[in-house]
Parts: sequence; C-alpha cells; structure tokens
Amino acid sequence: MGLTNEIIKNRLSEKFGGVLTEWGEPYGLLTLTAPKEMNLKVMNFLYDEPDLKFRFLTDLTAVHYPDRKGEELCVVYHLHNMVDNIRIRLKVYAPVDQPDVYTATGLFSSANWMERETYDFFGVNFVGHPNLKRILNVDEMDYFPMRKEFPLEDQSRIDKDDEMFGR
Amino acid sequence: MTEQLQHIKLPEGSIEKQTTTLNLGPTHPATHGVFQNILELDGERIVDAESTVGYIHRAFEKIAERRPYYQVTPLTDRLNYCSAPINNMGWHMTCEKLMGVKTPKRVDYLRVIIMELARITDHLICNSIVGVDSGAYTGFLYVMQYRELVYEIYEEVCGSRLTTNIGRIGGFERDFTNTAFEKLEKFLKEYPGVLKEFENLFTRNRIFVERTKGTGTITAERALNYGFTGPNLRATGVDYDVRAHAPYSSYEDFNFNIHVGSTGDNYDKFLVRNAEMWESLNIIEQAYKKVQEFKGAEAEVYHADVPEYYLPEKQDVYTKMEALIWHFKIVMGETEIPAGEVYHSVEGANGELGFYLISDGGRAPYRLHFRRPCFIYYQAYAEIVKGSMLSDAIITMSSLNLIAGEMDA
Repeated sequence: MGLTNEIIKNRLSEKFGGVLTEWGEPYGLLTLTAPKEMNLKVMNFLYDEPDLKFRFLTDLTAVHYPDRKGEELCVVYHLHNMVDNIRIRLKVYAPVDQPDVYTATGLFSSANWMERETYDFFGVNFVGHPNLKRILNVDEMDYFPMRKEFPLEDQSRIDKDDEMFGR
Repeated sequence: MTEQLQHIKLPEGSIEKQTTTLNLGPTHPATHGVFQNILELDGERIVDAESTVGYIHRAFEKIAERRPYYQVTPLTDRLNYCSAPINNMGWHMTCEKLMGVKTPKRVDYLRVIIMELARITDHLICNSIVGVDSGAYTGFLYVMQYRELVYEIYEEVCGSRLTTNIGRIGGFERDFTNTAFEKLEKFLKEYPGVLKEFENLFTRNRIFVERTKGTGTITAERALNYGFTGPNLRATGVDYDVRAHAPYSSYEDFNFNIHVGSTGDNYDKFLVRNAEMWESLNIIEQAYKKVQEFKGAEAEVYHADVPEYYLPEKQDVYTKMEALIWHFKIVMGETEIPAGEVYHSVEGANGELGFYLISDGGRAPYRLHFRRPCFIYYQAYAEIVKGSMLSDAIITMSSLNLIAGEMDA
C-alpha cells in the first residue's frame, strides 16, 4: 500500500526534472504531460523501476483539441500498477499536421490494436508500429472521423432518399 | 516390377509445403458475432491467424459527443448486450463521479443486485456456448429459461429486456415493485438447483474436459501484457477484480471470493465463470438482505436527492413546478456540469469496462472513450490459437466470450 501519488511524482521529477508538466490529480488520478518524444522513456521508467511497476496498459486513446495550436492531438495512456493498485495517466501532445508519436507496442502487446484504433479515428502516426492500418473503419476511408472538424450528419437534412428506413 | 507399383511421381514440394487459407467469419455460426478470422491451415493445424474486426462499428464515441449525458445510456446498452445493465450502471457512476453525486446506500445495493444478475446471465451464455461448441446443446437450451427469469426482473424494473437502458444518473427511474422482489426471490430459489445441474453436465464430463483442457492456454505474463482483464485473466491465476481493487457502488460492504485458475486454458475459464456465478448469487443474497433491512423513509429511496442531474418523473413534470423547471433545465442543457476529466471502471462480465470522460462543462461530453475489454484481449487470439487444431480454435473463441458489439463500439 506504500505507493502514493506523491512518491510517484517525486520519483518522476527526480529522473526527468522539469520536462514533465501539467501535473494534476483530477478525481485522485495522477496526471502528467510529457513531451511527445519522451513518451517511451517515461513509460519505460514507470515499467522497469522495481518500486513503480506500472506494467499494465489499461487504456490508450486520443483527444482532439483544435484550439491548442501546434499540439492539437493528445494521446492519453492509462497505466496501472496492479501490485500497489494505483493508476497513472500520461499524456503527450502532437501537432495535427505531423502527429508522430512513438509506439508503445514494444512494451505492451495490448497497445497494438489500441494504437491502430487511435490511428483510425485520429490519424496519430505511431512510429515503429508493426501494422499501422485502420481497424474499425474501412481501409478506403480518407479522413479521421473522431477529429472535431468532422461533423456528424445533420439530422434535419431532407435530400437523403432513405425510404427503406424511413426518416 | 515391384518398384513400379508404388511409384507415383508428384511435383516437387507439392505435399510438404501446402497450406490452406480458411475464412472463418464474418458470418459464420461458430463466431457468434460478426468478426473475421483468416486462418492459414496446414491440414487441421493452424499455422497463422489474422483477425479482422469492425463489421458492426456504430461510431458510439462520436455520437456521444453530441448527446446529453442522460442520452448516452442507450449507447452503452449496445456494447456488451449480454450484460447491458453493467454498462448502464458503469456509465451512470462515471457521470456521478464527475458531478460529485453521492448515491444512497439503498440505490447502491439495488444496483449491485442488478449488476450481479447481469453477470450471471452473461457467464451463463458464455459457458453454455462453450458447451454448444463442444457438442452439448442441451445445457444451452436448458438454461435459457432461467435467463428468462432474470430478463423478467429487468422488465419489471425498467420495462425492457435486452437493451435495458436501466436507471438514471443518480439512481433508478422508479422503485423496485413488490413483483420485482418476488421475481428475484423466485430466481434465488430456483437458480442454484439449475446451476448445480448445469455444472454436473459439464464439469466432470469427459468429452467436455478433454475438449477444453489444455486448449487455448496463455500464461499470466502474456495475458497481462495483452491487457486481459476479467474471467479470462483470472483463469491464468491473476486475482485482479475491479470490484475488489477499486470498489464502486458499495461493493466493499459485501463478502465475496475472487476465483482464479492456473493455466488459463478453456477449462479454467469455464471453471472461473462457473464459480463467479455462485459468487454472484451469494452477493445478490447479501444485497437483498441489506435492502430488506431499510426501514421507514429509507426503504423508499431509489435515487439520490440531486434535482439538478436526476431527470424527474414524467408525472411530476406535468404536475409540479419544481420538477418542470428541472426537467426543462436538464433537457435543454442548462444545468451546471463541472468541467474535468474522469476515468471510472467497473467489472464488466468480460473484464474491466472503463469510461474515460472529458467534460468541458457543456451539455454533451467533450470526449468519451470506452475501454472495451473484449476489443483489447481479442488481439491475443492469433497468438493463442497458433499451432492448435481448428476445432480447438473455435472453442477458444467462444470461451474468450467475444461480443462483437463490445469489440466494435
């Protein structure tokens, strides 16, 4: 039960100094932001250190913030230390015109499909991924539908001939 | 002369290196859902496998970005539709965590009852389908009528059966009726006997044991690395259960065991699910006892007192000014929803079902991501079945409990 957010924060700041920013604890979950080329270094550190042991990748996804110029896409990792039962949230920001982020597949096999899904919906280019192609959408798609500029269908449209399903 | 008799000359390399490609799915009765496995077979042995998913992708995460919070609930129904109430409750609890709503104990216990019933139905389907795939249809057909008892309870509580849309942010839409409790009692009385019979049919059945034992094995290390959670992870020997590790909905008030296996093979998965059904029954009994202990006004509480988030009853909307105002405010998105980001997870029937919700204070979520356990552990399928027989691969598929709706969101 020894591990607390405070200890993790100190260990990380000792190792990486000032490059980790935006510390926070929304709803008790330690959250931090790393520069995008540091994501693997931070995760490796969290994975390998015998007292940290964040060896379970719970979730990997992205968020699109069109207003944050130069860092529109945010890749979010949720890591879990099952021994001490504590979670951590790691974020990296990437620009939308060149969203290159290093892949975590070397560390976690589970990242494979989660990164493919993130690529599929946000277009985050995971550098080094063994099989980065669309997973839920069709391969021919030429846009990334979860980005904010991609609109949902206008429900009041009348030009659509859809007699079969009657709308 | 004898030399010529046996001498049939075949082209060079035609026997040694021939493999067959087999498309298992997307619409194949053995896949129990729409997803495809392309198998490379050498005889009946699988050399390589590739999985394709996405055939029923319905863009829930995108749709959720335009829907008010209370309207996201029906979307969660359609993730793992074998245990829809768990998804509904998980979503409500995520919202409550964001909004800082504290639910009364009675609501928590009622939720536990519903969630554990859902877990029983889900495990029941999974285990009986494993039976079907190994040649025993009887169990599957027999237990269907007892799943029906659970569906009748849902029907009594929320009005629907499969895609339940049960409860609201802050509690339930109506109190449990006496009929609901009677039906629950009937289920608690009849079900243990049935489960015992179901167990007798499989646990020591030689055909079943030989088909499942030693097939679909995975080590605990690989399972953790692949992001396994739920019964599939516990079958490998890791005792991770969200109900115990991060108790939600007052699970800390209950005594229950976490059952684990050792080898992670299909037989262990079956045993873990079976034991979990007994454990769920035990939890329901405890919860029902606790619900009965409430007296007076407390015994009628079925939602938290948070008018700003809890949709009032329709009857009140027509007759009471207060209710009308709050109804209008909630529906028009005029209530103050705190901005922030929250991750909440519940122990779904397949594993850790997580909700990552980012709110910017608006009417709809800014971003909502579902951590679907099925999607994450299905990627291990190729590795698990490599080198095994085709018929074992089919049992492995059903004992992983792959629900296409959950995989594709």
